[in-house]
This record gives sequence, C-alpha cells and structure tokens, in this order.
Amino acid sequence: MYIIIIGGGQVGYFLAKALLDEGHELLVLEKDAARTAFICNELGSVCVRGDGCEMATLEEAGAGRADMFVAVTGDDEDNLVSCQAAKHKFNVPRTVARVNNPKNETIFRKMGIDVAISSTNIILENIEEEVPTHPITHLLDIQEQGLEIVEIKIPPHSTTIGKTVKELPLPAGNTLSLIIRGQQKPFVPDEDTVLEAEDQIVAITTPESEEALGTALRGS
Amino acid sequence: MKVVIMGCGRVGGRLAGLLDDEGHKVAILDLDDYSFRRLPPEFGGTALVGNGTDEDALKKAGIEKADAFIALTQGDNRNIMACQIAKHIFNVPRVLCRTYDPLRRELFGSLGIEAFSPTTIFAQMIKEQLLKEKPEAEKKAK
Repeated sequence: MYIIIIGGGQVGYFLAKALLDEGHELLVLEKDAARTAFICNELGSVCVRGDGCEMATLEEAGAGRADMFVAVTGDDEDNLVSCQAAKHKFNVPRTVARVNNPKNETIFRKMGIDVAISSTNIILENIEEEVPTHPITHLLDIQEQGLEIVEIKIPPHSTTIGKTVKELPLPAGNTLSLIIRGQQKPFVPDEDTVLEAEDQIVAITTPESEEALGTALRGS
Repeated sequence: MKVVIMGCGRVGGRLAGLLDDEGHKVAILDLDDYSFRRLPPEFGGTALVGNGTDEDALKKAGIEKADAFIALTQGDNRNIMACQIAKHIFNVPRVLCRTYDPLRRELFGSLGIEAFSPTTIFAQMIKEQLLKEKPEAEKKAK
C-alpha cells in the first residue's frame, strides 16, 4: 500500500517507522528542514521537505496513486485542509486525520474525512479507565452510527443487585451485549439474567443515553 | 446585515470600519487585542479576542444569527477551516474566504466556499496597470 503522511513530528515519525516495518511504501511530507533530515537519517529516504497543503507538493508526492493519506500535524486546520485536498483533488480512497482539539471532530466528519482521531480524547479515555470509581468506561466508538460500546461495573452494594435485566429501566436503543462475572466464561445476558455485585457489563449505547444507562445498571 | 469577521489585520480592520460606517452590525475576532488598534476610532461594532476556528468564540461573536462570515487571517488553512465551520455547522448564508494560494482557492471554491485569492487578483491588476498605455498627459510631458 502507498501511504502519504503529512507531518513528521513525534506521531508522524513513529507512525512512519511502524508502517515501514509492515512493509508499506510511504512518504512523509514535513515543512521543517532539520526534521526532514533527521527522519531521512533514521528511516532512509522516505521524507521530503514540503507543505502537505500545497497542491503542487501533493502532486509531486504522487498523491494521485496513494491508497491512504494520513495527516498528523499539530495543527487541526492543516490536517483538515490537506485531507480535503487529498480526497477531493486526488481522490485518495482513505483519509485519516489527527484532531488536536476534540471540539473539531464534528467538522472533520462533516467535511468527509474518513477517520478523525482525537488524540486528546484517547488520552482522556485511557486515564478514565485507570480511575477505579469511574462508572462508565468507553471501549469503542462506532462513529458512523453514532453508537459506542461501554463497560459498566456493578458496585458491591448497588440497588440493582438481584434484579433481572427486564426489570431495569434501560434507555431505548441500548443493548446489554455481554456480562463478565468473576472467573466464569463471559455470557450474553437475556431478559431473565439476574445482576450480581461486581458484574462487568459490556453494553452498546449512544453518547446521549450513556448516563441514563449507567444509572439504570448501577442504581441510584 | 449581521457580519462576523475573523482577523483584524489591515484588510479586516478596514472592512469592519466600512461596513460599520454603512450601518451594518459587525463583530470582529482576533487572537490579539493589539490588532484592534486598526479599527477606526468611531467603530461601533464588537471587537472580541478569540480564535475564529473555535465554535465557542464564534458563538460569542453571534455567528448563530449572522448573515455573513468573512475569514481574513494570514493563514489560508485557518481561513478555510473557519469558513467550513461557519457554513456547515452554523449554516451562515454567505461565507467569504481569503486564500493566498490560488490552487487552494480553486479547490475550496469548487467545494462551495466563496474564496478569493489576492495573489491572483493583485498580480493581474499590476500586470494590466504596467502594460496599459500611458495616459495622454504623461506622453505630452515628454
């Protein structure tokens, strides 16, 4: 696969290294001369100095035959514009952009960037998981459908212990997909499954209803 | 007309003054409040310190009720991104964008943003001025 990476900072450099190891053909475009020289020294001649938002530079970089385009600079506007150029001017099938300010995720999606990755959100989620009292852990976002997969743990003295799934006031459109209980084999709950303390429940929810789901499962 | 302008440079400041003078309701955003020195002393609109690519700053400037949004910062990409936010998130009816790079102007023009490239316009103007015949008065003087 031919992959073009815009931005040779920490993210761009380590991404290039990982993708080269997997045997992909790639090119990094970096504005800074010293950084370009550093990457070429470390990884071989896979880095060219240039502005990834300039159509002429992209043309020279062979954007027309790229299978994938990844913009990982520290500036959201640069990432957005270069991905749009790749998509609309060079018809690159898959564009991926790093979003630094989580607020910009919406506009990136609206403008047709295939994947918008918010580094800030990912770090937040990872730290969230480490906070033991946090009621809901985000496992995965299913962006196209506006759904998310979360994990909720039933606290030891919850009012919902001993209740069956059908007795719980689950918000509409939410599905409990898996229960992990102690050392048992994880199982798919049905409406008669009785909740126990320390159950870990994997559920499919939406950003709007996740709080209601948390309350329904953990009691008040 | 309610207009939000992003970037209070020479062009932004001057445009804000002109529109304000004609009785339009103008809000102008800039990252640095020192830039507001460029506004005429009688400017009666709103000058706000804020980033025009930030939705909250745009809301403060009244983007939700604006009839037009104009991006005039030094950065082409910043201008383009702000215009796309204004157009696609806040549904501002008219969105105008300065893009120095003619190729970027072409691309984003085709994606529905009214973009102007001062590079193209100015180069053309200078060329015409240079190559047009000298005025009669000047010829006689020689």
